[in-house]
Amino acid sequence: MTATPPIADVSSHRAPSRWAWLGRLWALSTGRFGIIVVLVILITAIVANFWTPFDPAQVNIPNRWAPPGWPHILGTDGSGRDILSLIMAGARTTVFVAVGAGIVATVIGITLAALGALTARWMRESVAVFVDILIAFPVLIIAMMISTVWGGSLWVVIWSVGIGFGVNVARVTRPELRRVLHSDFVLAGRASGLTAAQNLVRHLLPNVAPVFIVQLSWAMAVAVLAEAGLSYLGFGAPVTEPSWGLLLAQLQQYISVYPLSVLWPGLAITITVLGLNLLGDGLREATDPTLTRSTPRMPHVPEVVA
Amino acid sequence: MIRYALTRLALLALGLLVASVLIFVTLRVLPGDVAQLIAGVNSTPEQIAAIRERLGLNQPITAQYLDWIGGVLRGDLGTSQITGSSVAAELAEKAQVTVPLGILALTIAVLFSVPLGVLSAMRRGRADGTALSVGAQTLAAVPVVWAGMMLVVVFAVWLGWLPAQGFPRTGWSTPWLALKALILPALTIGIVEGAMLMRFVRSATLQAVGQDFVRTAAAKGLTRNTALIRHGLPVVGLSVITVLGLQVAGIIVGAVVIEQLFNLPGIGRMLVADVSGRDLLKVQGELLVLTGFVLIVGFIVDLVHRVIDPRQREAT
Repeated sequence: MTATPPIADVSSHRAPSRWAWLGRLWALSTGRFGIIVVLVILITAIVANFWTPFDPAQVNIPNRWAPPGWPHILGTDGSGRDILSLIMAGARTTVFVAVGAGIVATVIGITLAALGALTARWMRESVAVFVDILIAFPVLIIAMMISTVWGGSLWVVIWSVGIGFGVNVARVTRPELRRVLHSDFVLAGRASGLTAAQNLVRHLLPNVAPVFIVQLSWAMAVAVLAEAGLSYLGFGAPVTEPSWGLLLAQLQQYISVYPLSVLWPGLAITITVLGLNLLGDGLREATDPTLTRSTPRMPHVPEVVA
Repeated sequence: MIRYALTRLALLALGLLVASVLIFVTLRVLPGDVAQLIAGVNSTPEQIAAIRERLGLNQPITAQYLDWIGGVLRGDLGTSQITGSSVAAELAEKAQVTVPLGILALTIAVLFSVPLGVLSAMRRGRADGTALSVGAQTLAAVPVVWAGMMLVVVFAVWLGWLPAQGFPRTGWSTPWLALKALILPALTIGIVEGAMLMRFVRSATLQAVGQDFVRTAAAKGLTRNTALIRHGLPVVGLSVITVLGLQVAGIIVGAVVIEQLFNLPGIGRMLVADVSGRDLLKVQGELLVLTGFVLIVGFIVDLVHRVIDPRQREAT
């Protein structure tokens, strides 16, 4: 947000705080839930680097399929591994994939949006058409293409969600960029001798950041779902890596005998995705001054990603 | 209208072209030696050269692309480099599972999401409306695989009403068995897709409530709910149509995972098997068909929307 010019607005003498949106976010039930979930997952992932109740890779055949209780709070799986420890270790994979996909989506999205908004007319139009076409490519199809070529790995998930959602980010950010481009402060920046790149970094990007961060939050939710689905199909995490999707696939084989063990990794995924989705919803409400409770906007309708 | 249709058709053609180039280039330029892959580890250089000759791999890449696309236009999607079977024939066979599955899933999604979405909008701010809204939000976050497993636990393991996996060997010649095998998979995709659609319907309904013509109708003596149902719902229906293209893409993606989970011999499972086996020639045919289908559905949805939405017509 930029400082309000004193003449235009006499009611507020101070510039609004840069962090005011955080307070607004916390005041929303969706935003608060999102913040808490994301923090819990982050802390779990960090803690799991140093400590888990049991070694998640430790096979203990005599102790297989222990029911939930003490000391195995969520029980053990078919080779006696502690399910809680596996889920904690899986959080690391989830955070890695979500952050990685977020970074790729950011780079691709901003690049395409900038190309589609700030370049010569023929370039802008072709990028717009290209983005419209790419949007029809489901993330899973991109993932299939990548894994046919390189085989499965967590990078498949990161690249496919990053590309698939980067295009989405570009589609939403591009019109925003066009809108801001014609505002007075950007013209003033250009008049005072800023280069196009300086103007982009100092004035354009900060002003499209709200729209962009919301998209990013949803992209990460999709990444978590995609990791689960692709790892389940065998194109994601390698068998040696702790992953929620992989755990689902392994537990599924015994689903008719030990149905409840499947509950835990699924719950972990659902809560994480719900948290990221609600964080995105909350961010949108907290950062968009034109959005009030009486004018509902369309929710994002992402494709099912496994 | 004609002009719009032609422009949209050109965009579709361009989309198909870009899609085919992207698929071909990604699969052909990047990987290692396809011929080596087919020939296996214990192959002689002569065998590899023979395979390369047979598949046309020593021709320039543009010639290979034109050769492939020419075949596609004549209805020949190529043959498997490993088993030698025809891709088009196999797709047609597997479609007998995937197409009914997709139609069932879409029907379930629309049937439960539209009424519940409208209801949750009309009851906004009350306990039941909030519960519906929270429920939809939560269901939309559930991974499809897990939703399927939970349904299997309840309906196959505990209640024993429906089969947990598989599709009858006899196929649709035993329609009841075949349908029974598809109910749980379709329900899984339908519920998760429907949860997203429901959130969309809710927002669309809330927007419709605020529209002038709904308020006018209410002011002229209709109750708020009658006004909404008579004048608001058509608008909601129109906006549902606009997202149907996305829904179809979602269902295809869902089918890939769900066919694996339920062990159904459909297109999704075929694709997964071919990607695992790195059967490039088959994968590129299948991916082109799936992406092409998504693009064509988007095209049809846009045209239909244009024809039936009076506001769109006036806009031109």
